[in-house]
Amino acid sequence: MIFRVCLAVLAILTASQLQAGEIAPEQRRSAYDTMSAGTRAMQDDDMANPATLWVLDGEALWSQPAGATQKSCADCHGDAKISMKGRAARYPQFDATTGGVVDLEQQINYCRRERQKATPLAFESHELLALSAWVSLQSRGARIEASTDPAAQKAIEAGRRLFTERRGQLNLSCAQCHDDNWGRSLAGATIPQGHPNGYPLYRLEWQSLGSMRRRLRNCLSGMRAELWPQDAPEYDDLEIYLMSRASSLTMESPAVRP
Amino acid sequence: MMVVRTPSPRPDGERVGVRASAPLRRRHSLAMSLFLIIPLTLSLSPLARGEGTFPARIAISGDSIPDSLTGVAGDPVRGRAIVMDRQVGLCLLCHSGPFPETRFQGNLAPDLAGAGARWSEGQLRLRMVDASRFNPDTIMPSYYRIDGLQHVAKAYAGKPLLEAQEIEDIVAFLTTLKTTAAK
Ligand code: HEC
Ligand code: HEC
Repeated sequence: MIFRVCLAVLAILTASQLQAGEIAPEQRRSAYDTMSAGTRAMQDDDMANPATLWVLDGEALWSQPAGATQKSCADCHGDAKISMKGRAARYPQFDATTGGVVDLEQQINYCRRERQKATPLAFESHELLALSAWVSLQSRGARIEASTDPAAQKAIEAGRRLFTERRGQLNLSCAQCHDDNWGRSLAGATIPQGHPNGYPLYRLEWQSLGSMRRRLRNCLSGMRAELWPQDAPEYDDLEIYLMSRASSLTMESPAVRP
Repeated sequence: MMVVRTPSPRPDGERVGVRASAPLRRRHSLAMSLFLIIPLTLSLSPLARGEGTFPARIAISGDSIPDSLTGVAGDPVRGRAIVMDRQVGLCLLCHSGPFPETRFQGNLAPDLAGAGARWSEGQLRLRMVDASRFNPDTIMPSYYRIDGLQHVAKAYAGKPLLEAQEIEDIVAFLTTLKTTAAK
């Protein structure tokens, strides 16, 4: 009985943290669920998943010495299969040193700059996508947990605001498509809930692996909205909010999407 | 004085949620837009006082705009093509309708079949010009309203989604849609 009451109270507490229109945890679905059988099969089989090309390059880069220190990722982190297990499910994170949010790709570049004394890799470059695909692969099946770091809450709130604000010539918000109309057809394409659980991922449309940031820029230009510069904090805020909005889903990186 | 820029191609020429590639066809009307673009807050009807900025003066009466925006009759054939064009009208992102030649139709909005029976020409014109007037939360863009927008990409800033004559063409097409879709 007491247990039941506790459960009910817990349910109410969790629900009250959801804002109007947000998707309740038990209704959260990966875009995988609405993909065609063919696209799913591609994601399910590493031999068929084109992202594997990036993964293999990432695995090689992991133990390749770089920069003035001639250290490799493996020199500090050892076997990625052990040290990186589940890590991508907890990015972006609040970073106390910089006082900002860092996503996985920025963390990789932080290590390059500070620990390898090497030049940072460009956004969307093959090498950066390869490393992030290799690291993210170690989180396949891991559950996304919303960050409880109090310092991260401000960024999550900022992301939520960006998500619900109308923008662009079409005057739409992210939430109008991904909270209010997911599952419906936008000119024949099923609108997904917009979860970040598969990134970096291979998009058939792109014929390439691409980052979360690239996806966000696609949606923004679809709305005919201004694009922030590649390194703008707005993307970090949106990404950390999207992760908290996806909590309880499992990681699929590197996924395949239409 | 506002500067009118022709939209430049998007930085990454990819398909996106809502496809928005460069409507370069607008170049011909650059000179005309230079004269039309000066925003006039409309003040002609009591309902409309202070609500909405349009590229040109518009006379709203009740829930409709009885008069053509241009004085030139709309061309329903051109209107149909604009409605179907995913870079220009964008209508089929959200709507479906009597367009047997394409599978790529949306279901976020009512089927357009029968729109011409449900609404008069003037009502359709105002719904195209400013759908938000009837439902402030609507996702349907206000195709001829240029205020109230935020963070618009530079190529589109200060411009309505469609030009007056394009709206006339669409209205002319919609009035022909008299039969409701078979359920
Ligand atoms: C008009 C509808 C619309 C709007 C507005 C929109 N999106 Fe999307 N979004 C889509 C569609 C449709 C897709 C699926 C890709 C496709 O088919 O083009 C998508 C895909 C995504 C994905 C990838 C999901 C996956 O599983 O890979 C994310 C994340 C996302 N959107 C976030 C956003 C954010 C953040 C915004 C606002 C800045 C936004 N979207 C605005 C329609 C929209
Ligand atoms: C992003 C979504 C979206 C787009 C794009 C869009 N509409 Fe709509 N439209 C709606 C919705 C939703 C409604 C339902 C009423 C409302 O919410 O305002 C609607 C209502 C209408 C109606 C009245 C409905 C009826 O009873 O027949 C007409 C006519 C119409 N739209 C025509 C168009 C045309 C023509 C275009 C393109 C030039 C267009 N719409 C583009 C979402 C959209």
